[in-house]
Amino acid sequence: MAQLNMVQAINQALAQEMARDDRVLLLGEDVGRDGGVFRVTEGLLERFGRERVLDTPLCESGIMGAAIGMAAYGLRPVPEIQFLGFTYSAFEQLFAHAARLRSRSRGRYSCPMVVRTPYGGGIKAPELHEESTEALFCQVPGLKVVVPSGPYVAKGLLLAALRDPDPVLFLEPTRLYRLLREEVPEEEYLVELGKARVARSGSAVTVVAWGSMLERALKAVEGYDAEVLDLLTLNPFDSEAIVASVQKTGRLVIVHEAAKTCGFGAEIAATVAEEAILHLRAPIVRVTAPDVPVPLAKLIDHYLPGLQQIRSALDEVLQY
Amino acid sequence: MPEVLLADFQIKRLEVLNEKGEADPELLPELSDAEMWRLYELMLLSRIFDERAVALQREGRIGTYPPIRGQEAAQVGSAFALTHKDWLFPSFREMGAHLTLGYPIPQLLQYWGGDERSQKVPPGLNIFPFCVAVGSQIPQAAGAALAARYRRDPVAVVTYFGDGATSKGDFHEAMNLAGVFHLPLVFICQNNQWAISIPLKGQTASASLAQKAIAYGFQGVQVDGNDVFAVYRATRQAVEKARSGAGPTFIECLTYRMADHTTADDAGRYRSGEEVTFWAARDPILRLERFLEGRGLWTPQKREETAAQAAAIVDAGVAEMEAAPPPAAAELFDEILATLTPRQAGQRKVR
Repeated sequence: MAQLNMVQAINQALAQEMARDDRVLLLGEDVGRDGGVFRVTEGLLERFGRERVLDTPLCESGIMGAAIGMAAYGLRPVPEIQFLGFTYSAFEQLFAHAARLRSRSRGRYSCPMVVRTPYGGGIKAPELHEESTEALFCQVPGLKVVVPSGPYVAKGLLLAALRDPDPVLFLEPTRLYRLLREEVPEEEYLVELGKARVARSGSAVTVVAWGSMLERALKAVEGYDAEVLDLLTLNPFDSEAIVASVQKTGRLVIVHEAAKTCGFGAEIAATVAEEAILHLRAPIVRVTAPDVPVPLAKLIDHYLPGLQQIRSALDEVLQY
Repeated sequence: MPEVLLADFQIKRLEVLNEKGEADPELLPELSDAEMWRLYELMLLSRIFDERAVALQREGRIGTYPPIRGQEAAQVGSAFALTHKDWLFPSFREMGAHLTLGYPIPQLLQYWGGDERSQKVPPGLNIFPFCVAVGSQIPQAAGAALAARYRRDPVAVVTYFGDGATSKGDFHEAMNLAGVFHLPLVFICQNNQWAISIPLKGQTASASLAQKAIAYGFQGVQVDGNDVFAVYRATRQAVEKARSGAGPTFIECLTYRMADHTTADDAGRYRSGEEVTFWAARDPILRLERFLEGRGLWTPQKREETAAQAAAIVDAGVAEMEAAPPPAAAELFDEILATLTPRQAGQRKVR
């Protein structure tokens, strides 16, 4: 079985689905001739042609809006927004239209599309290239939010997203693009949306993470009897898996690289408080970035949650 | 070194029918007497529907409503050039286009009455739901045009919007996409000269809106928007051009919003009565009546009869709208996603 990094795994998923389904088209800035700024779509223009891999003008709202029109027409577009920070100018299309087209047309139209966008910090890129504002998108009913944490799940989640009948925001952690290699089967397989994955079993504390923080959490828990859940889908998120794990361990640490206030960790903590508070043996702890804008490279290591912060949180809940 | 001339352009206004009801025989579209009469019936139906909708709002029977009064020629004349295979991306003030294409009247009223079910566009009509977020439907129309071309479907995609929308980024992004990709797309701007309280000169310093198309590399034309034949002629040419793969067109219909922005607005706060009177004398329906009278097709009595028929159609629509039972609470969850999330499913159960 081939050892692929996440860039290669996502590229393979796109190529396989485009070969299988002629409704799948890519559009975005530099996705064609350049193969995308991270080379995720490399080779797809040559293989599938200009009608299916569209290099668009620089217009995030236009890209998102056009994808909605294509989806309503019966295609399955895959718009790429070059970085999560650039989706901000496309919020109206995503929130006011993509997420509610099925609802506001009472099912006459739907919006099956996968919005791919690199996200997250730690790649020494300029301002707005390292955002982690995933929770914003989870507040909007009608939009699914998926975050792979490595090559294997990236391929299976993307194939599942491409076959989903509703819009999916697919957040690709840039720090992981080439950090990990895993065995990725050549054949198609689906990783079900809405299901978390037990990345490591344990019994004394539950750690919930996603995206690039999963890798960091797994490193941090070495030497601890910790169960690590890889959330994979943020909306709808697998509250059952989290509650079941907390009922077993009695302790919960949530790790995310987004700012703390109204980060997705708040939703997880509130859900556990509602459904499993009597199983808790210690307060829930969130290890997050501070409530400040994502800094440039020189300060990024002071911003992103580090191994020591995660270990301190583990010690805190275990010694409570 | 002498400067090099890079572009030189002219913007023209198309007029076919003057205010006296006299038509330029060279420009008059090839329409039968029956088709011209049908245009008249649809414009009168639009006017009566609109008056009725405003009255229903005043009586508390529907919610806030945006009148189309004065824009009947722009809406009916353009939609009359479409077929049911074409795709339409409206804003929220084109009920005359909906009526022309046969959108059920009860559903039109149901929307302004606050019932979600109204936006389930009937099968056979490729019309998108009303778009309240100004201008945001325009890039979606560009996407549908891309899809139509990918599928080799010989259809035109048409999007409607007002003068206010031409100030928004989505308008410009979509115009640019249409030019770059040479899309089968027709932009129909109803320049009714007011975006709530902001007059046209507060939206743009351009001499016309039509000239904005030039910057994006395709044809823009202004038509007299109160002249149903000019609107029809320009739209017909543009949709045929789109269907044949010859690219996009921008049509600016210069018209006038004779009523308030919505039933919640009072236009007397920001514009003069004289201006409204000036435009009332240029009523698109009066102009068509004068023309039809000259051809021996129209009499005051025929207007009475046609208006009575239209009123009966609207009355039946109102009755059907009001007879529909209100939605049940659980319908909050209808068609949110193909499959509700576990949490949504749980929330649905308790309602």
